[in-house]
Amino acid sequence: MRVVVDLNRCLGYAQCVFLAPSVFRLNGEEALQYDPNPDDAMRQKVLRAAAACPVQAILVEHLIAKEGEMS
Amino acid sequence: MSAVSIKETVADLATTFKSTGRLVIVGASLAGLRAAEALRKEGFAGPLTIIGDEPEEPYDRPPLSKQVLKGWVPADHTKLPRVRQVDAEWRLGIAATGLDRVTKQVRLANGEQVPYDRLLIATGTRAREWPNAREAALEGVFTIRTSTDSAGLQKALAAKPGRVLVIGAGFIGSEVASVCRELGLPVTVVERGTAPLVGALGGVIGTIAAEMQRDHGVDLRTGIRVKSLEGDGQGHVQRARLSDDSVVECDVVLTSLGSVRNTEWLEGSGLAAGFWGVGCDAGCRAFDINGVVTDSIFVVGDIARFPHVLYEYQFLVLEHWDNAVLGAEVAAHNMVSLEPDRRPHLPLPAFWSGQFGVNIKSVGVCPFGNEIVFTQGSIKERRFAAAYGYRGRIVAAVTFNHGKWLEYYAAQIERSAPFPPPPAGYDRPEMRPVPAEFPDPHVPTSLPDVILTGHDPTERGAEFRARIY
Repeated sequence: MRVVVDLNRCLGYAQCVFLAPSVFRLNGEEALQYDPNPDDAMRQKVLRAAAACPVQAILVEHLIAKEGEMS
Repeated sequence: MSAVSIKETVADLATTFKSTGRLVIVGASLAGLRAAEALRKEGFAGPLTIIGDEPEEPYDRPPLSKQVLKGWVPADHTKLPRVRQVDAEWRLGIAATGLDRVTKQVRLANGEQVPYDRLLIATGTRAREWPNAREAALEGVFTIRTSTDSAGLQKALAAKPGRVLVIGAGFIGSEVASVCRELGLPVTVVERGTAPLVGALGGVIGTIAAEMQRDHGVDLRTGIRVKSLEGDGQGHVQRARLSDDSVVECDVVLTSLGSVRNTEWLEGSGLAAGFWGVGCDAGCRAFDINGVVTDSIFVVGDIARFPHVLYEYQFLVLEHWDNAVLGAEVAAHNMVSLEPDRRPHLPLPAFWSGQFGVNIKSVGVCPFGNEIVFTQGSIKERRFAAAYGYRGRIVAAVTFNHGKWLEYYAAQIERSAPFPPPPAGYDRPEMRPVPAEFPDPHVPTSLPDVILTGHDPTERGAEFRARIY
Protein backbone atom coordinates (compact mmCIF):
# COMPACT_ATOMS: atom_id res chain seq x y z
CA MET A 1 0.00 0.00 0.00
CA ARG A 2 1.06 3.55 -0.63
CA VAL A 3 1.25 6.32 1.96
CA VAL A 4 2.40 9.92 1.85
CA VAL A 5 2.47 12.42 4.70
CA ASP A 6 2.14 16.14 4.10
CA LEU A 7 5.02 17.15 6.33
CA ASN A 8 4.13 20.83 6.02
CA ARG A 9 0.92 19.99 7.78
CA CYS A 10 2.44 17.49 10.23
CA LEU A 11 3.07 19.09 13.63
CA GLY A 12 4.66 16.10 15.29
CA TYR A 13 1.76 15.08 17.55
CA ALA A 14 2.99 11.52 16.90
CA GLN A 15 -0.38 9.78 17.25
CA CYS A 16 0.57 7.72 14.18
CA VAL A 17 3.80 6.64 15.87
CA PHE A 18 1.81 5.05 18.70
CA LEU A 19 -0.71 3.40 16.40
CA ALA A 20 1.67 2.05 13.73
CA PRO A 21 5.21 2.20 15.11
CA SER A 22 6.70 0.09 12.33
CA VAL A 23 5.45 2.58 9.73
CA PHE A 24 5.82 5.97 11.43
CA ARG A 25 8.81 7.09 13.52
CA LEU A 26 10.03 10.29 15.05
CA ASN A 27 13.58 11.33 14.31
CA GLY A 28 14.27 13.50 17.34
CA GLU A 29 11.32 15.24 19.00
CA GLU A 30 9.34 16.42 16.06
CA ALA A 31 10.63 15.24 12.66
CA LEU A 32 8.43 12.45 11.32
CA GLN A 33 9.81 9.76 9.06
CA TYR A 34 7.68 6.99 7.61
CA ASP A 35 7.62 3.98 5.34
CA PRO A 36 5.78 5.13 2.20
CA ASN A 37 5.14 1.56 1.07
CA PRO A 38 4.18 -0.55 4.09
CA ASP A 39 3.04 -4.13 3.76
CA ASP A 40 -0.69 -4.60 3.09
CA ALA A 41 -0.91 -6.48 6.40
CA MET A 42 -0.44 -3.05 8.05
CA ARG A 43 -3.50 -1.60 6.35
CA GLN A 44 -5.78 -1.47 9.40
CA LYS A 45 -3.09 0.09 11.57
CA VAL A 46 -2.17 2.66 8.92
CA LEU A 47 -5.80 3.60 8.34
CA ARG A 48 -6.25 4.02 12.08
CA ALA A 49 -3.14 6.19 12.23
CA ALA A 50 -4.42 8.32 9.35
CA ALA A 51 -7.80 8.71 11.05
CA ALA A 52 -6.19 9.65 14.37
CA CYS A 53 -3.90 12.34 12.93
CA PRO A 54 -5.01 15.61 14.58
CA VAL A 55 -4.05 17.61 11.47
CA GLN A 56 -5.09 14.97 8.90
CA ALA A 57 -1.69 14.97 7.21
CA ILE A 58 -1.61 11.28 6.23
CA LEU A 59 -2.81 10.32 2.78
CA VAL A 60 -3.41 6.60 2.14
CA GLU A 61 -4.09 5.38 -1.36
CA HIS A 62 -7.68 4.22 -1.59
CA LEU A 63 -7.74 3.22 -5.24
CA ILE A 64 -8.07 -0.46 -5.78
CA ALA A 65 -5.33 -0.77 -8.35
CA LYS A 66 -2.83 -3.53 -8.87
CA GLU A 67 0.82 -2.70 -8.22
CA GLY A 68 2.25 -0.96 -11.23
CA GLU A 69 -1.09 -0.47 -12.94
CA MET A 70 -1.01 2.85 -14.72
CA SER A 71 -4.40 4.20 -15.46
CA MET B 1 -26.36 37.94 -32.15
CA SER B 2 -27.54 39.00 -28.71
CA ALA B 3 -25.21 39.14 -25.69
CA VAL B 4 -27.04 36.29 -24.03
CA SER B 5 -26.48 33.95 -26.93
CA ILE B 6 -22.77 34.78 -27.07
CA LYS B 7 -22.54 33.94 -23.39
CA GLU B 8 -24.34 30.67 -24.06
CA THR B 9 -22.07 29.88 -26.98
CA VAL B 10 -18.99 30.40 -24.85
CA ALA B 11 -20.45 28.23 -22.10
CA ASP B 12 -21.17 25.55 -24.71
CA LEU B 13 -17.60 25.74 -25.94
CA ALA B 14 -16.31 25.25 -22.42
CA THR B 15 -18.55 22.23 -21.92
CA THR B 16 -17.45 20.75 -25.24
CA PHE B 17 -13.82 21.36 -24.31
CA LYS B 18 -14.27 19.47 -21.06
CA SER B 19 -15.45 16.41 -22.96
CA THR B 20 -13.32 16.46 -26.12
CA GLY B 21 -10.35 18.81 -25.62
CA ARG B 22 -6.92 17.23 -25.80
CA LEU B 23 -4.78 17.93 -22.72
CA VAL B 24 -1.10 17.12 -22.43
CA ILE B 25 1.00 17.28 -19.27
CA VAL B 26 4.77 17.30 -19.69
CA GLY B 27 6.35 16.12 -16.44
CA ALA B 28 5.27 13.00 -14.55
CA SER B 29 6.29 13.72 -10.98
CA LEU B 30 4.32 15.14 -8.05
CA ALA B 31 2.96 18.23 -9.86
CA GLY B 32 2.10 16.38 -13.08
CA LEU B 33 0.30 13.55 -11.29
CA ARG B 34 -1.69 15.79 -8.96
CA ALA B 35 -2.67 18.01 -11.91
CA ALA B 36 -3.92 14.99 -13.86
CA GLU B 37 -5.99 13.88 -10.89
CA ALA B 38 -7.34 17.39 -10.39
CA LEU B 39 -8.33 17.64 -14.08
CA ARG B 40 -10.49 14.55 -13.73
CA LYS B 41 -11.95 15.92 -10.49
CA GLU B 42 -12.83 19.10 -12.41
CA GLY B 43 -14.85 16.92 -14.77
CA PHE B 44 -12.45 16.85 -17.69
CA ALA B 45 -13.36 13.71 -19.66
CA GLY B 46 -11.30 14.16 -22.83
CA PRO B 47 -8.03 12.50 -23.80
CA LEU B 48 -5.15 13.20 -21.41
CA THR B 49 -1.49 12.40 -22.12
CA ILE B 50 1.25 12.49 -19.48
CA ILE B 51 4.84 12.63 -20.72
CA GLY B 52 7.79 11.96 -18.41
CA ASP B 53 11.50 11.40 -19.02
CA GLU B 54 11.89 8.98 -16.11
CA PRO B 55 10.67 5.42 -16.69
CA GLU B 56 9.09 5.11 -13.22
CA GLU B 57 5.55 6.11 -12.42
CA PRO B 58 5.32 9.23 -10.21
CA TYR B 59 7.17 8.90 -6.92
CA ASP B 60 7.82 11.06 -3.89
CA ARG B 61 11.30 12.58 -3.61
CA PRO B 62 11.69 13.88 0.00
CA PRO B 63 12.33 10.37 1.44
CA LEU B 64 15.21 9.87 -1.02
CA SER B 65 17.61 11.94 1.08
CA LYS B 66 16.37 10.56 4.42
CA GLN B 67 14.64 7.19 5.06
CA VAL B 68 16.01 5.68 1.85
CA LEU B 69 19.64 6.56 2.53
CA LYS B 70 19.35 5.21 6.04
CA GLY B 71 18.51 1.86 4.50
CA TRP B 72 15.05 1.73 6.04
CA VAL B 73 12.97 2.21 2.86
CA PRO B 74 14.04 0.84 -0.55
CA ALA B 75 14.47 3.61 -3.14
CA ASP B 76 11.72 2.20 -5.38
CA HIS B 77 9.20 2.18 -2.51
CA THR B 78 8.21 5.85 -2.62
CA LYS B 79 5.60 5.69 -5.40
CA LEU B 80 2.97 8.34 -4.78
CA PRO B 81 -0.47 7.31 -3.56
CA ARG B 82 -3.13 7.99 -6.17
CA VAL B 83 -6.09 10.04 -5.06
CA ARG B 84 -8.25 9.25 -8.09
CA GLN B 85 -8.20 7.48 -11.44
CA VAL B 86 -6.54 9.62 -14.08
CA ASP B 87 -7.33 7.45 -17.10
CA ALA B 88 -4.40 8.91 -19.00
CA GLU B 89 -2.07 7.78 -21.72
CA TRP B 90 1.29 7.58 -19.99
CA ARG B 91 4.39 8.18 -22.09
CA LEU B 92 7.11 7.41 -19.56
CA GLY B 93 10.83 7.13 -20.21
CA ILE B 94 10.57 9.51 -23.15
CA ALA B 95 11.67 13.12 -22.74
CA ALA B 96 9.92 16.01 -24.43
CA THR B 97 12.47 17.75 -26.62
CA GLY B 98 10.56 20.57 -28.25
CA LEU B 99 7.41 22.64 -28.35
CA ASP B 100 5.76 24.07 -31.45
CA ARG B 101 3.16 26.62 -30.42
CA VAL B 102 1.96 27.23 -33.97
CA THR B 103 0.96 23.64 -34.72
CA LYS B 104 0.35 23.03 -30.98
CA GLN B 105 2.52 19.93 -30.72
CA VAL B 106 5.03 18.58 -28.22
CA ARG B 107 8.00 16.85 -29.82
CA LEU B 108 9.35 13.75 -28.11
CA ALA B 109 12.89 12.35 -28.04
CA ASN B 110 11.82 9.50 -30.33
CA GLY B 111 10.64 11.98 -32.95
CA GLU B 112 6.92 11.60 -32.25
CA GLN B 113 4.67 14.66 -32.13
CA VAL B 114 1.93 14.85 -29.51
CA PRO B 115 -0.82 17.34 -30.34
CA TYR B 116 -2.53 19.35 -27.61
CA ASP B 117 -5.31 21.86 -27.19
CA ARG B 118 -4.02 22.84 -23.77
CA LEU B 119 -0.63 22.05 -22.33
CA LEU B 120 0.68 21.91 -18.78
CA ILE B 121 4.42 22.29 -18.26
CA ALA B 122 5.63 20.51 -15.10
CA THR B 123 9.14 19.42 -16.04
CA GLY B 124 10.65 20.49 -12.72
CA THR B 125 14.34 20.51 -11.94
CA ARG B 126 17.29 18.17 -12.00
CA ALA B 127 20.39 18.02 -9.81
CA ARG B 128 23.17 20.39 -10.82
CA GLU B 129 26.08 18.21 -11.95
CA TRP B 130 29.65 18.62 -10.74
CA PRO B 131 31.09 20.94 -13.41
CA ASN B 132 34.09 18.75 -14.30
CA ALA B 133 32.56 15.88 -16.32
CA ARG B 134 35.60 13.61 -15.98
CA GLU B 135 35.59 13.99 -12.19
CA ALA B 136 31.81 13.65 -12.02
CA ALA B 137 32.10 10.32 -13.86
CA LEU B 138 34.38 8.83 -11.17
CA GLU B 139 32.85 5.90 -9.38
CA GLY B 140 31.60 6.94 -5.95
CA VAL B 141 30.55 10.46 -7.03
CA PHE B 142 26.82 11.04 -6.71
CA THR B 143 24.12 13.63 -7.09
CA ILE B 144 20.69 13.06 -5.64
CA ARG B 145 17.39 13.77 -7.35
CA THR B 146 16.00 10.52 -8.73
CA SER B 147 15.24 7.21 -7.07
CA THR B 148 18.10 5.68 -9.07
CA ASP B 149 20.49 8.30 -7.65
CA SER B 150 19.28 7.53 -4.15
CA ALA B 151 19.56 3.74 -4.63
CA GLY B 152 23.17 4.16 -5.77
CA LEU B 153 24.14 6.42 -2.88
CA GLN B 154 22.38 4.18 -0.35
CA LYS B 155 24.38 1.19 -1.58
CA ALA B 156 27.61 3.16 -1.34
CA LEU B 157 26.81 4.28 2.23
CA ALA B 158 25.82 0.75 3.27
CA ALA B 159 29.29 -0.44 2.19
CA LYS B 160 30.75 1.54 5.13
CA PRO B 161 33.00 3.99 3.29
CA GLY B 162 35.99 5.40 5.18
CA ARG B 163 34.74 8.95 4.68
CA VAL B 164 31.92 10.68 2.84
CA LEU B 165 32.46 14.12 1.33
CA VAL B 166 29.40 16.33 0.86
CA ILE B 167 29.91 19.32 -1.41
CA GLY B 168 27.34 22.04 -0.74
CA ALA B 169 25.53 22.51 2.59
CA GLY B 170 22.03 23.36 1.43
CA PHE B 171 19.11 21.28 2.66
CA ILE B 172 19.95 18.13 0.68
CA GLY B 173 23.65 18.21 1.57
CA SER B 174 22.87 18.81 5.25
CA GLU B 175 20.26 16.04 5.33
CA VAL B 176 22.69 13.57 3.77
CA ALA B 177 25.42 14.59 6.23
CA SER B 178 22.91 13.95 9.02
CA VAL B 179 22.14 10.45 7.69
CA CYS B 180 25.87 9.71 7.44
CA ARG B 181 26.30 10.55 11.12
CA GLU B 182 23.27 8.43 12.03
CA LEU B 183 24.95 5.57 10.18
CA GLY B 184 28.16 6.26 12.07
CA LEU B 185 30.06 7.31 8.96
CA PRO B 186 32.76 9.98 9.05
CA VAL B 187 31.62 12.91 6.91
CA THR B 188 33.21 16.12 5.70
CA VAL B 189 30.95 18.92 4.44
CA VAL B 190 32.47 21.63 2.26
CA GLU B 191 30.42 24.78 1.67
CA ARG B 192 31.44 27.79 -0.39
CA GLY B 193 29.25 30.12 1.65
CA THR B 194 29.73 31.18 5.25
CA ALA B 195 27.46 28.54 6.81
CA PRO B 196 25.06 25.70 6.05
CA LEU B 197 21.56 26.75 4.87
CA VAL B 198 22.76 30.35 4.55
CA GLY B 199 21.04 30.96 1.22
CA ALA B 200 17.64 29.84 2.45
CA LEU B 201 17.71 30.99 6.07
CA GLY B 202 20.52 33.56 6.38
CA GLY B 203 23.72 33.70 8.42
CA VAL B 204 22.17 33.96 11.88
CA ILE B 205 20.33 30.65 11.47
CA GLY B 206 23.27 29.32 9.42
CA THR B 207 25.53 29.74 12.46
CA ILE B 208 23.15 27.58 14.51
CA ALA B 209 23.01 24.98 11.70
CA ALA B 210 26.83 24.93 11.66
CA GLU B 211 26.99 24.30 15.41
CA MET B 212 24.42 21.55 15.03
CA GLN B 213 26.54 19.82 12.38
CA ARG B 214 29.75 20.08 14.40
CA ASP B 215 28.03 18.85 17.58
CA HIS B 216 27.08 15.73 15.65
CA GLY B 217 30.63 15.12 14.55
CA VAL B 218 30.49 16.57 11.04
CA ASP B 219 33.82 17.92 9.78
CA LEU B 220 32.31 21.15 8.43
CA ARG B 221 34.45 23.49 6.35
CA THR B 222 32.85 26.75 5.29
CA GLY B 223 34.13 29.46 2.99
CA ILE B 224 35.98 26.72 1.13
CA ARG B 225 35.65 25.34 -2.39
CA VAL B 226 36.49 21.91 -3.72
CA LYS B 227 39.05 22.44 -6.48
CA SER B 228 39.23 18.93 -7.83
CA LEU B 229 38.26 15.32 -7.26
CA GLU B 230 40.84 12.62 -7.88
CA GLY B 231 40.39 8.94 -8.60
CA ASP B 232 42.51 5.90 -7.89
CA GLY B 233 43.84 3.69 -10.69
CA GLN B 234 40.45 1.92 -11.02
CA GLY B 235 38.48 5.11 -11.60
CA HIS B 236 37.04 5.28 -8.10
CA VAL B 237 37.09 8.59 -6.28
CA GLN B 238 39.86 8.74 -3.71
CA ARG B 239 40.39 12.30 -2.55
CA ALA B 240 39.37 15.91 -2.99
CA ARG B 241 41.61 18.95 -3.13
CA LEU B 242 40.19 22.03 -1.47
CA SER B 243 40.77 25.73 -2.09
CA ASP B 244 42.77 26.06 1.15
CA ASP B 245 45.19 23.45 -0.29
CA SER B 246 44.03 20.83 2.15
CA VAL B 247 43.18 17.31 0.97
CA VAL B 248 40.22 15.17 2.04
CA GLU B 249 40.55 11.42 1.56
CA CYS B 250 37.08 10.05 0.75
CA ASP B 251 35.41 7.03 -0.89
CA VAL B 252 32.01 8.60 -1.52
CA VAL B 253 31.24 12.13 -2.71
CA LEU B 254 27.82 13.74 -2.84
CA THR B 255 27.68 16.88 -4.95
CA SER B 256 24.64 18.80 -3.69
CA LEU B 257 24.94 22.03 -5.63
CA GLY B 258 21.29 22.93 -5.98
CA SER B 259 19.17 22.32 -9.02
CA VAL B 260 18.83 23.23 -12.67
CA ARG B 261 15.42 23.89 -14.19
CA ASN B 262 14.42 21.64 -17.05
CA THR B 263 13.58 24.34 -19.59
CA GLU B 264 15.98 23.45 -22.42
CA TRP B 265 13.25 21.64 -24.34
CA LEU B 266 11.36 24.97 -24.56
CA GLU B 267 14.16 26.74 -26.41
CA GLY B 268 12.81 28.29 -29.57
CA SER B 269 9.20 27.95 -28.39
CA GLY B 270 8.93 31.68 -27.73
CA LEU B 271 7.91 31.12 -24.12
CA ALA B 272 9.50 33.13 -21.30
CA ALA B 273 11.64 30.14 -20.32
CA GLY B 274 15.18 30.34 -19.02
CA PHE B 275 17.50 29.92 -16.07
CA TRP B 276 14.88 30.87 -13.47
CA GLY B 277 12.10 28.74 -14.93
CA VAL B 278 9.06 29.57 -17.02
CA GLY B 279 7.41 32.91 -16.35
CA CYS B 280 3.66 32.75 -15.73
CA ASP B 281 0.87 34.77 -14.18
CA ALA B 282 -0.57 34.03 -10.76
CA GLY B 283 -3.13 31.79 -12.49
CA CYS B 284 -0.36 29.50 -13.86
CA ARG B 285 -0.70 30.75 -17.47
CA ALA B 286 2.68 30.90 -19.22
CA PHE B 287 4.07 34.15 -20.58
CA ASP B 288 5.66 34.38 -23.96
CA ILE B 289 9.06 35.98 -24.27
CA ASN B 290 7.53 39.46 -24.54
CA GLY B 291 5.46 39.06 -21.39
CA VAL B 292 2.21 38.38 -23.24
CA VAL B 293 0.13 35.77 -21.45
CA THR B 294 -0.69 32.64 -23.45
CA ASP B 295 -4.16 31.12 -23.56
CA SER B 296 -3.33 27.46 -23.85
CA ILE B 297 -0.09 26.83 -21.94
CA PHE B 298 0.10 26.52 -18.18
CA VAL B 299 3.07 26.02 -15.82
CA VAL B 300 3.30 24.44 -12.39
CA GLY B 301 5.73 23.12 -9.80
CA ASP B 302 9.45 23.78 -9.42
CA ILE B 303 9.82 25.63 -12.72
CA ALA B 304 6.86 27.97 -12.44
CA ARG B 305 8.05 31.54 -11.91
CA PHE B 306 5.07 33.57 -10.78
CA PRO B 307 4.41 36.99 -9.22
CA HIS B 308 3.35 36.99 -5.58
CA VAL B 309 1.31 39.76 -4.02
CA LEU B 310 2.92 39.33 -0.59
CA TYR B 311 6.40 39.87 -1.99
CA GLU B 312 5.90 43.07 -3.93
CA TYR B 313 4.79 41.09 -6.98
CA GLN B 314 8.31 39.83 -7.44
CA PHE B 315 8.50 36.60 -9.36
CA LEU B 316 9.10 33.58 -7.14
CA VAL B 317 10.26 30.10 -7.91
CA LEU B 318 9.53 27.63 -5.13
CA GLU B 319 11.05 24.18 -5.11
CA HIS B 320 8.62 23.09 -2.47
CA TRP B 321 6.48 20.00 -2.14
CA ASP B 322 3.24 21.85 -1.44
CA ASN B 323 3.85 24.39 -4.19
CA ALA B 324 3.62 21.44 -6.59
CA VAL B 325 0.50 20.04 -4.94
CA LEU B 326 -1.41 23.32 -4.53
CA GLY B 327 -0.26 24.69 -7.89
CA ALA B 328 -1.43 21.53 -9.64
CA GLU B 329 -4.97 22.03 -8.33
CA VAL B 330 -5.10 25.66 -9.45
CA ALA B 331 -3.55 24.99 -12.87
CA ALA B 332 -5.92 22.09 -13.53
CA HIS B 333 -8.92 24.18 -12.51
CA ASN B 334 -7.89 27.12 -14.68
CA MET B 335 -7.14 24.87 -17.67
CA VAL B 336 -10.80 23.86 -17.91
CA SER B 337 -12.52 26.98 -16.56
CA LEU B 338 -13.74 30.20 -18.11
CA GLU B 339 -12.13 33.48 -17.13
CA PRO B 340 -14.48 34.58 -14.32
CA ASP B 341 -13.99 31.24 -12.56
CA ARG B 342 -10.21 31.21 -12.67
CA ARG B 343 -8.33 31.15 -9.40
CA PRO B 344 -4.91 32.45 -8.33
CA HIS B 345 -2.10 30.23 -7.05
CA LEU B 346 -0.82 32.37 -4.20
CA PRO B 347 0.49 29.95 -1.62
CA LEU B 348 2.21 31.08 1.52
CA PRO B 349 5.51 29.29 0.80
CA ALA B 350 6.29 26.54 3.30
CA PHE B 351 8.89 23.82 3.65
CA TRP B 352 10.40 21.42 6.13
CA SER B 353 13.70 19.61 6.59
CA GLY B 354 14.65 16.92 9.09
CA GLN B 355 18.31 16.86 10.04
CA PHE B 356 20.39 16.03 13.12
CA GLY B 357 17.23 15.13 15.00
CA VAL B 358 15.77 18.61 14.49
CA ASN B 359 12.62 19.42 12.53
CA ILE B 360 13.23 22.65 10.62
CA LYS B 361 10.10 24.27 9.25
CA SER B 362 9.48 27.58 7.62
CA VAL B 363 6.70 29.73 6.19
CA GLY B 364 7.00 32.80 4.00
CA VAL B 365 10.07 33.82 2.02
CA CYS B 366 12.96 34.18 4.44
CA PRO B 367 15.45 35.81 1.99
CA PHE B 368 12.91 38.58 1.37
CA GLY B 369 13.60 39.71 4.94
CA ASN B 370 16.70 41.54 6.09
CA GLU B 371 16.15 41.31 9.83
CA ILE B 372 15.54 38.39 12.14
CA VAL B 373 14.27 38.19 15.70
CA PHE B 374 14.08 35.15 17.98
CA THR B 375 10.54 35.16 19.29
CA GLN B 376 10.20 31.94 21.27
CA GLY B 377 12.21 29.17 22.85
CA SER B 378 15.91 28.65 23.29
CA ILE B 379 18.69 28.63 20.72
CA LYS B 380 20.84 26.54 23.05
CA GLU B 381 18.24 23.78 23.18
CA ARG B 382 17.65 24.13 19.43
CA ARG B 383 13.98 24.55 20.05
CA PHE B 384 12.90 27.99 18.94
CA ALA B 385 10.93 30.20 16.59
CA ALA B 386 12.31 33.19 14.74
CA ALA B 387 10.63 35.77 12.51
CA TYR B 388 12.05 37.59 9.51
CA GLY B 389 11.20 41.23 8.87
CA TYR B 390 11.40 43.65 6.02
CA ARG B 391 10.64 47.35 6.40
CA GLY B 392 8.71 46.86 9.61
CA ARG B 393 6.55 43.95 8.55
CA ILE B 394 6.85 40.22 9.08
CA VAL B 395 7.60 38.30 5.87
CA ALA B 396 8.69 34.83 7.03
CA ALA B 397 9.34 32.62 10.03
CA VAL B 398 11.42 29.57 10.83
CA THR B 399 11.11 27.05 13.64
CA PHE B 400 13.52 24.45 14.99
CA ASN B 401 11.49 21.75 16.81
CA HIS B 402 8.78 24.34 17.38
CA GLY B 403 6.50 23.57 14.42
CA LYS B 404 3.27 23.81 16.39
CA TRP B 405 3.76 27.57 16.55
CA LEU B 406 4.25 28.07 12.83
CA GLU B 407 0.57 28.66 12.15
CA TYR B 408 0.66 31.70 14.40
CA TYR B 409 3.39 33.25 12.26
CA ALA B 410 1.73 32.20 9.00
CA ALA B 411 -1.36 34.19 10.02
CA GLN B 412 0.82 37.23 10.79
CA ILE B 413 2.63 36.98 7.47
CA GLU B 414 -0.61 36.70 5.51
CA ARG B 415 -1.75 39.95 7.13
CA SER B 416 1.62 41.69 6.65
CA ALA B 417 1.57 42.30 10.40
CA PRO B 418 4.19 44.50 12.10
CA PHE B 419 7.73 43.27 12.72
CA PRO B 420 8.80 42.31 15.33
CA PRO B 421 5.55 40.40 15.80
CA PRO B 422 3.58 40.52 19.06
CA PRO B 423 4.61 37.77 21.52
CA ALA B 424 3.19 34.37 20.61
CA GLY B 425 3.80 32.51 23.83
CA TYR B 426 5.18 32.42 27.32
CA ASP B 427 8.66 31.12 26.49
CA ARG B 428 9.73 34.43 25.06
CA PRO B 429 13.41 35.26 24.87
CA GLU B 430 14.56 38.86 24.89
CA MET B 431 13.39 40.08 21.50
CA ARG B 432 15.93 42.19 19.66
CA PRO B 433 15.92 42.23 15.84
CA VAL B 434 19.34 41.77 14.24
CA PRO B 435 20.44 41.64 10.59
CA ALA B 436 19.47 38.26 9.10
CA GLU B 437 22.76 38.07 7.17
CA PHE B 438 21.65 36.79 3.83
CA PRO B 439 24.53 36.55 1.40
CA ASP B 440 24.82 39.07 -1.41
CA PRO B 441 22.88 37.42 -4.25
CA HIS B 442 25.92 37.83 -6.47
CA VAL B 443 28.18 35.76 -4.21
CA PRO B 444 28.22 32.19 -5.46
CA THR B 445 26.81 29.60 -3.10
CA SER B 446 24.60 26.60 -3.61
CA LEU B 447 21.26 28.01 -4.72
CA PRO B 448 18.51 28.11 -2.13
CA ASP B 449 15.25 26.46 -3.08
CA VAL B 450 13.14 29.58 -2.74
CA ILE B 451 14.33 32.26 -5.06
CA LEU B 452 13.15 35.79 -5.49
CA THR B 453 13.93 36.26 -9.14
CA GLY B 454 13.05 39.94 -9.16
CA HIS B 455 11.09 41.92 -11.65
CA ASP B 456 13.56 41.72 -14.49
CA PRO B 457 14.23 38.86 -16.86
CA THR B 458 17.75 37.49 -16.51
CA GLU B 459 18.10 37.23 -20.23
CA ARG B 460 17.50 40.11 -22.59
CA GLY B 461 15.63 37.83 -24.96
CA ALA B 462 12.67 40.13 -25.47
CA GLU B 463 12.13 41.58 -28.91
CA PHE B 464 11.48 45.27 -28.51
CA ARG B 465 9.54 46.92 -31.29
CA ALA B 466 11.34 49.76 -33.01
CA ARG B 467 9.67 53.11 -32.51
CA ILE B 468 8.65 54.65 -35.80
CA TYR B 469 8.91 58.44 -36.00
